[in-house]
Amino acid sequence: MAEPILEVRGLVKHYPLTRGVLFKKQIGEVRAVDGVDFTLDRGETLGIVGESGCGKSTVAKTLCNLERPTAGEIRYRGEDITRLSGKALKAVRRNIQMVFQDPYTSLNPRMTVGDIIGEPYEIHPEVAPKGDRHRKVRELLDVVGLDPEYVNRYPHQFSGGQRQRIGIARALALRPEIVVADEPVSALDVSVQAQVINLMERLQTEFELSYVFIAHDLSVVRHISDRVGVMYLGRIVEIGTDEQIYEHPTHPYTQALLSAVPVPDPDARERRERIILSGDVPSPTDIPSGCRFRTRCWKARERCALEVPPLAVPAEFRYDTGPQVHDSACHFAAERQVVPPRERDAGGDSSTRAH
Amino acid sequence: MPEQPPPHEPERAVAGTGMGGAMDLGAREASTLEGAPGGPESTGPVALRSSAASGGRARSLWSDAWRDLRRNPVFLVSALVICFLVVIAIRPSLIAPGNPLTCDLARAQDGPAPGHPFGFDGQGCDVYTRTVHGARASVTVGVCATLGVALLGSVLGGLAGYFGGASDALLSRATDIFFAIPVVLGGLVLLSVVTSNTVWPVVGFIVLLGWPQIFRIARGSVIAAKQQDYVQAARALGASHSRILLRHIAPNAVAPVIVVATIALGTYIALEATLSYLGVGLKPPSVSWGIDISAASPYVRNAPHALLWPAGALAITVLAFIMLGDAVRDALDPRLR
Repeated sequence: MAEPILEVRGLVKHYPLTRGVLFKKQIGEVRAVDGVDFTLDRGETLGIVGESGCGKSTVAKTLCNLERPTAGEIRYRGEDITRLSGKALKAVRRNIQMVFQDPYTSLNPRMTVGDIIGEPYEIHPEVAPKGDRHRKVRELLDVVGLDPEYVNRYPHQFSGGQRQRIGIARALALRPEIVVADEPVSALDVSVQAQVINLMERLQTEFELSYVFIAHDLSVVRHISDRVGVMYLGRIVEIGTDEQIYEHPTHPYTQALLSAVPVPDPDARERRERIILSGDVPSPTDIPSGCRFRTRCWKARERCALEVPPLAVPAEFRYDTGPQVHDSACHFAAERQVVPPRERDAGGDSSTRAH
Repeated sequence: MPEQPPPHEPERAVAGTGMGGAMDLGAREASTLEGAPGGPESTGPVALRSSAASGGRARSLWSDAWRDLRRNPVFLVSALVICFLVVIAIRPSLIAPGNPLTCDLARAQDGPAPGHPFGFDGQGCDVYTRTVHGARASVTVGVCATLGVALLGSVLGGLAGYFGGASDALLSRATDIFFAIPVVLGGLVLLSVVTSNTVWPVVGFIVLLGWPQIFRIARGSVIAAKQQDYVQAARALGASHSRILLRHIAPNAVAPVIVVATIALGTYIALEATLSYLGVGLKPPSVSWGIDISAASPYVRNAPHALLWPAGALAITVLAFIMLGDAVRDALDPRLR
């Protein structure tokens, strides 16, 4: 299980801001992703959460080689894939596929479903011999829960959930090992979200996939993820297992995020305290010195402005054991219960998970 | 297309079963949602696979568009008119055996007479013969100039929009320069030095001044299309630039180009007439609708027929091409089916 399939080290993506028409002058840069590290194990689901604009989607794009990172490495099976081109890049693309957020723009409206799902085989003809493709496309439709008779239809004839299934089928066509899902259910309504998430979970076991699952919805991420990373302004501020992040958060930003999750039980809602952050997210063109969360943090002191907190197990927990011991980029990390403890009924923790 | 003939019926039947299928799917989705993953899933695929074997051949955008066009009356009528125009442009003597340059001043401005159904123009030439023979020059100018403009403009615009960068900046500035050239003045200057009395200098001039218009439209729609997620998805699959451009971007960016190009076709035929009228396009022993229209306009009150026949032919030609363009554009949009 703990065999890493994807290692991201110091991933940085800066977009230059330029002025001028023909002779461009750089006047600044947007630091969309600013030093992200994580490891994805085989068969695991890593959730990445964060507010809009924190760089989640840019991470997804660099993982799929849609954007070339400014610095850093993405190691797939030990090989850095960020500087590949030509044949080698094409070979890696077979193994890392993406599911997009908006099912209405991610399918070409002028291609039939058969063409959309069959295109991967045309691009990588070695995967399936020509005569076999039609059958494979039908199989894929069946696998994602659509009628194979739909091959000759166009995307506009499907609902959002069905379109997302088509997008998933396209991503699976090449039998990738890693699927990067960039907010795959955010554009769907809640009942359909559950179907698509359940489908993705089923496919994960069926195809032995590793997922990088990006979302801003904490409960959706919790439902599907084994581990969760919390991003703020282009960096991961806290990363750990499901339980570590949701039940024992030690970074103030994670605690604030969790305190905003709606609680279905009115009594529990009364008892919990909400952490309201002051101010707005700073602009990624002008990131605060030291800890980038300090401008909105109630714990901020002078040290926070001077020293960048590393993403590591905080010093105060060095000799502890237990779920609070996990990587958290805060100088003053401390556990704080923000989600009211669940009713510990007989079903245990997994059956009561919200989604 | 409300007045679809009976051949449409089987199509409707197919759509009907499709709807049923969608509802079945909804039921299946609902049951998986209720949390019985084993049940319906395990029986479903067996039934589906058996029907999969009997499925028809795969369809594509172009084959679907062609099927659609073949039963579109607008397309059929306009294609028929255009075919007819092309035939008489190639062999005008098929329906007008006379010589358009045989004129009899004594019959100038006369109305229709036996053997001369459209009457005579100001020089006593047969209007029917001249209108039929004029199709060649006008259709050649219209079609060739439009093809040239559309090809040059959409290829350059598509590449500039797709690749961006310095070449895009340079080409875009170049279009600004061409937009600044006044058409009539530019025509007077450039064409007055040409001695050839064929349509080709006129075609070349129109292409030279016309491509920036299509360039801008093509560039804009390519930029809009290239930001769509399906283009990103194709890139993530490892698709080459040519595949992305031809399969994903071109079909989605071509609609505005078709519309503008077919409308421009009419203006190009009219522009040829304008230039001929100013004496820099085709010169009189040549026959074209433009020459005839401009020659007939001074005495339109005495002999309106000499103006109306070539002008009517021009209007029908332009209309046919615009309708053809509309039909093709609609057929390429599956959402309208």
